[in-house]
Amino acid sequence: MICRSFPGGTHPPGHKTATAHAPSLICPLPAELVIPLAQHVGAPALPCVTAGQQVARGQVVGRADGFVSVPVHASTSGLITAVEPRPHPCGAELPAVVLQPDGEDAWAEEYQKQSFHVLSVEAMLERIREAGVVGMGGAAFPTHVKLDPPQGKSIDTVIINAVECEPWLTADRRVLLEQMEKVFTGLEILKEVSGAGHAYIGLEDNQPDVAALLAPHCQKRDIGLAVLPTRYPQGAERQLIYAVTGRRVPARGLPMDVGVLVQNVGTIAALTDAVTRGRPLIERMVTISGPGVIRPQNLRVRIGTPVAHLLKQCGVTEEPAMVILGGPMMGVAQHTQAIPVVRGTSGVLAFRRQDVPITTAGPCVRCGRCVAACPMRLQPTFIADYARRDELDLAERFAARNCIECGSCSFICPANIPLVQSIRYAKGAILARRRRM
Amino acid sequence: MMAAMICLGSLGCVAALLLAMAARRFAVTIDPRQVALMEVLAGANCGACGFPGCDAYARALVAGTAKPDLCRPGGAETLKRIAAILGVEVTERPPQIAVMYCQGGLQQARPKYDYQGLQDCRAAQKLARGPKLCPAGCLGLGSCVQKCPFGALSIDARGLAMVDRGRCTGCGLCVAICPRQVLALAPATESIHVLCNNRESAARVKSYCNVGCLGCRLCVRTAPESFVMDSFLAQVRYGRGQPAVMAEAMERCPHHCILNLDEQGNDQILPTPPSARERSTP
Repeated sequence: MICRSFPGGTHPPGHKTATAHAPSLICPLPAELVIPLAQHVGAPALPCVTAGQQVARGQVVGRADGFVSVPVHASTSGLITAVEPRPHPCGAELPAVVLQPDGEDAWAEEYQKQSFHVLSVEAMLERIREAGVVGMGGAAFPTHVKLDPPQGKSIDTVIINAVECEPWLTADRRVLLEQMEKVFTGLEILKEVSGAGHAYIGLEDNQPDVAALLAPHCQKRDIGLAVLPTRYPQGAERQLIYAVTGRRVPARGLPMDVGVLVQNVGTIAALTDAVTRGRPLIERMVTISGPGVIRPQNLRVRIGTPVAHLLKQCGVTEEPAMVILGGPMMGVAQHTQAIPVVRGTSGVLAFRRQDVPITTAGPCVRCGRCVAACPMRLQPTFIADYARRDELDLAERFAARNCIECGSCSFICPANIPLVQSIRYAKGAILARRRRM
Repeated sequence: MMAAMICLGSLGCVAALLLAMAARRFAVTIDPRQVALMEVLAGANCGACGFPGCDAYARALVAGTAKPDLCRPGGAETLKRIAAILGVEVTERPPQIAVMYCQGGLQQARPKYDYQGLQDCRAAQKLARGPKLCPAGCLGLGSCVQKCPFGALSIDARGLAMVDRGRCTGCGLCVAICPRQVLALAPATESIHVLCNNRESAARVKSYCNVGCLGCRLCVRTAPESFVMDSFLAQVRYGRGQPAVMAEAMERCPHHCILNLDEQGNDQILPTPPSARERSTP
């Protein structure tokens, strides 16, 4: 199929070979799981267990608070030791359920595996919501909200996002290779629930083996296989939709405005488990990699496993100077290894001291590379400048709010100017000002 | 030669006549009080009154839509003269000055992580709630320094914001911009302050700061009239302090966070405070 090309973008080195070809392993349970109650966009879950209570695997420990919210489940059976604020990947200390595994790993209840065809759309949506399925590419937006567009919006195309444009990460690739049946079943469910007629799988051309493997399956099931040129941020929702369908999502609009639904591969697999087996989302694929890791690999990790435990499993050459949750372009550097893996965690990257150069920002040399690299056609250097000078009106006029924070501009800047941070700051300030007015 | 002079001369006369007529016809009438007010106001265009510059404030004063006591940099003198021009009665507000309630510099307070990025406290505060383990201490990236229209703030060798008490006019712009509320306005007559902004318990404070208030209550027990506890943070009861007893409390404070900013010879005090009026624009 013919694929279009989005403007801008960059080519960061891939570094994927270390983990791309080895099958994923199951991560052993840690001594303590920390399950945050806020693992999704929207209202945090409300705790419904107390310290000292025995819980089973998959039991609800936090119930959803409102429509844009999902419940949180115990990742294994064991004893709740505390419900208290713990370090969260966002940087703050947020309420979490602390669970001491008992080693039994006994399920609370097990649905019989059943075909989704017998279920109504409402029943499937209910199961997806009850299982706590959220977008696992990183944004962690509740999936049932995405699948249930408001009146007047309809979805005609479903795209599975297997692009994984972030360097180092191969978790989505492993899910696609190891759980292909689940992904195809999930796609059927998605089409059924959303009423979409067309389905595509988006992939980058740096994975020809996966593309070759998928091609006959896709042909058989009438699924379009879009092999896209490798360029960051090909996996961003707007860029993927444009490349596959040629439709442009309006600025600050949603994919459903152009009739498209995009879901990450990991989300699809979790969604299949939720609908056909009633299993909650308590485990996810995580890439543990980076130059500071001795045995880089993909692990199937229970939600709530501390990052320190993962790094111990894979071995670190020295005390890492920087640990990033997510990919190196959009992920967040963490100040402690006590933070747990949450539903949106796609990777854990450890870097040594020599891999983390200490940079100081220089003056802008007016080279225009950030402008050329911006996939949203913004002028990052101007917006960043206005952010520094608190000129919020000008920043807004230069469409700061359209920034998708992909990090292409900061990556390409020869003067090491923290462009994304400045634009993010401007976005936050603009929103805060709007709320005040 | 002669013709040219006559030509140009008459042309000049006609143009002058036209200009004079235009000046009469299109004259803008300004309330003389507004002109007088502009003379009186501090002229720093700091915006502390809530109006974009002194001109706008003067206009609002004449229109009667603004209170007359909003020009903080001008102080009591300006207030008196504004009242005289407008012919209203005003009560003088006690002058205030910004105090930076933190001593936890680079040597004293432990960092949470190495921060490299936008040199702005508000941007740094958004990353894991700031690069210092202390949730309330000064970040020292200088958002307040940039904001101060009077040059009264600077970052000292400890990596902390420092208020030049001679130059500070109490306009409050730094207080509004600080993301950790570590700057606050206090009566200008007060010189003794508890220089800490952390309300956490002693165990936590000790784990990351050598100079933070522990909440041990020693000062409150020594001088109950002069100090008051807010959670685990001691504070001076401004206006009620008894310097003699407070001196004893200062001695006893285990982390030495009660300071007399005058007598300590602290570098936050200038020997001869220059008037704020002299540095009207930054």
